[in-house]
Amino acid sequence: MKLDYNDQQRAFRAEVRAWMEANVPSGPLPSFDLTREGFEAHREWERKLNDGRWGMVTWPEELGGRGLDLIRWLIFEEEYYRANAPVRVNQNGIFLLGPTMMEFGTDEQKARFLPRMAAGDDIWAQAWSEPGAGSDLAGVRSTATRDGEHYILNGQKIWSSRATFADWAFGLFREPGSERHRGMSLVLFRLDAPGVSVRPIERMDGEKVFAEIFLDNVRVPVADRLGEEGQGWHVCMATAGFERGLLLRSPARYQEAVRKLVALYDANKDILPASFAERVAQSWMDADAYALAIYAMASRLVAGGTIGPEASTNKIFWSELDIGLAQTAMDILGERAELMPSASMAADIGEWLQYYIFALAGPIYAGSNEIQRNIIAERMLGLPRA
Amino acid sequence: MQFAFTEDQLAISQAAREMLVDTCTPVDLRKLLERGDPRDDARWRTVQEMGLVGMLAPEDKGGLGMNETDFVGIAEAAGYVALPEPLVELAGVAVPLLAGLEDDRGWLERVLNDGATVAVAAPGAPFVADADTAGALLLADGDNIHLITSNGFALERQQSADPFRRLFAVDWSPSADTKIGSGWSRSADRGALFAAAELVGLGQRCIDMAVAYAKDRNQFGKPIGSYQAVKHLLATAQVKIEFARPVVHAAAAELQIDSVASRARISHAKIAAAEAADLAARTAVQVHGAMGITWEVDLHFFLKRVLALRNAWGTPARHRARVIERIQVLPTGPDLTFASVQ
Repeated sequence: MKLDYNDQQRAFRAEVRAWMEANVPSGPLPSFDLTREGFEAHREWERKLNDGRWGMVTWPEELGGRGLDLIRWLIFEEEYYRANAPVRVNQNGIFLLGPTMMEFGTDEQKARFLPRMAAGDDIWAQAWSEPGAGSDLAGVRSTATRDGEHYILNGQKIWSSRATFADWAFGLFREPGSERHRGMSLVLFRLDAPGVSVRPIERMDGEKVFAEIFLDNVRVPVADRLGEEGQGWHVCMATAGFERGLLLRSPARYQEAVRKLVALYDANKDILPASFAERVAQSWMDADAYALAIYAMASRLVAGGTIGPEASTNKIFWSELDIGLAQTAMDILGERAELMPSASMAADIGEWLQYYIFALAGPIYAGSNEIQRNIIAERMLGLPRA
Repeated sequence: MQFAFTEDQLAISQAAREMLVDTCTPVDLRKLLERGDPRDDARWRTVQEMGLVGMLAPEDKGGLGMNETDFVGIAEAAGYVALPEPLVELAGVAVPLLAGLEDDRGWLERVLNDGATVAVAAPGAPFVADADTAGALLLADGDNIHLITSNGFALERQQSADPFRRLFAVDWSPSADTKIGSGWSRSADRGALFAAAELVGLGQRCIDMAVAYAKDRNQFGKPIGSYQAVKHLLATAQVKIEFARPVVHAAAAELQIDSVASRARISHAKIAAAEAADLAARTAVQVHGAMGITWEVDLHFFLKRVLALRNAWGTPARHRARVIERIQVLPTGPDLTFASVQ
């Protein structure tokens, strides 16, 4: 066991830090979930990252990456969050679909989609959930009907983050007449294809963070199916593993939030009871515990191991630590916690209200925590299915 | 950066764990209690023959020259079986303490070669565990380390809720003669670290026992473990253990750095492990229903050890204060996870 970085890892950190210092926009970009302008500003940032070959450092060099291991990826993420660089508008693509495509895609698909994904030319949305299939994802009813070398897609998808402005979506569709986990395929489709309509859904704070997607006889080439026909469930579970496992939420995100929480506490500690020091310390410990668990997991993967059901413990832990962290910040702000950022008395509060509202979604998205607890109970602990 | 145990470390921990699980079952614990003996001589001999006691002593002093990372898995295994013998405090705290002294008055050799034990009390602790079977005691007076032998103290047994914790109030007086060194910080950290490792093992055992019970116990025509209400209790407890264990392992790897950051890690490990074990024990009681609070079901042996170790080698409140101090003294942020970069 060696909990120190070697010279190459230190040099890599210095290189990332220097690039971020030179390139990260000085102020926050406009939201990618409110306007096309904000979305395109984030796309430009993705292009800039890709030009510097920083888009996805773990990807192979021929796809615009650097072929680095997960430890370097963690270092990259630490520097990314430390620099307060923009949120990745293409996270559904680069963190979820990308790794899935590397595992299940054909060479033709990899060549066609991955470089454009890395460059921000295609921004991706996820189209899995449906009004009647949330936690019970196998209840998906949208269909892909085979018609020669095409599928005809019909149905309705919901809770698709970024879909309002994104270019492509990857969705779960079933062969008509098939049931539950059988007969499903993962199909890629353009969000501006004939027959696709997108209706943004406002979050409680007015941001259009997700959307409904309606599909009415949308024709898609068979070549845009990812993985084998009928194997969609299997492919999606691999993606979900990446999502819960370590790619979706890097520990640096929470450690940077805790750094800001400590600063908020320091600025207010003269008027706070001593118990707040303990709450801030708890958030610091939780973020560090998550970081340590992920370093251990990354070390295991680098040595050839795999992620199992423990990915579900990650998802529960980061989503709950995030709520604790956000709640502590809100309680430090006291009466001013309710103020919208536009209020003049909220000038120095920062984005804690928005942070808090987004944190509330953590235990829901990427598979609700109730489902994760079922997975832990059944697959880690071996308890019987209901 | 490699946050993983070596093959050798895993093999040693595995061998020790198998031996302890085989020889220290709840049935064995109950037999020991009936006999009234302080320890199981056969098992203690095996522990000594495996070389576990001398792991943290240097090779030139007759030990195995290993470090905290090598021993942490063994402490976890000792917790998993609620080991009655003083392996963790002897091998994990007393032995490296003796090995670090200029003059240990021959006690390290007696421990490693003659089977003697030396008991050690955390600075400020009101009692000493396993003092009656020890040839010598290591006690604190301020930051000074004192070694007293059997003619230098009187013991009064203090009954612990944990029937295997043999606690004693010690009547003694520090003198120039008994002082053999100073500096408790590293030893107190080892005590907290290995207590944390034991707590992780204890917590896992409580969950394992509850899982076994939940598969076996039927209500409404099905095993209670098939109901989500029960599943979620156990999953929640398991999550807490999963995020205490890596902190304990990191604390072991960083202990030698001996800095504000590494000491905060040890405190974090102790807090996280104590909370995880506490939740696991209470959850296991709940899952066992009324049986969970009986003497007949074995769970209480583990719950009581959790109760004791939660406060041993620094209470949660004391460790929390050290974490708060670290946050005030050192910068925080995503690039500052490890003590090596502070």
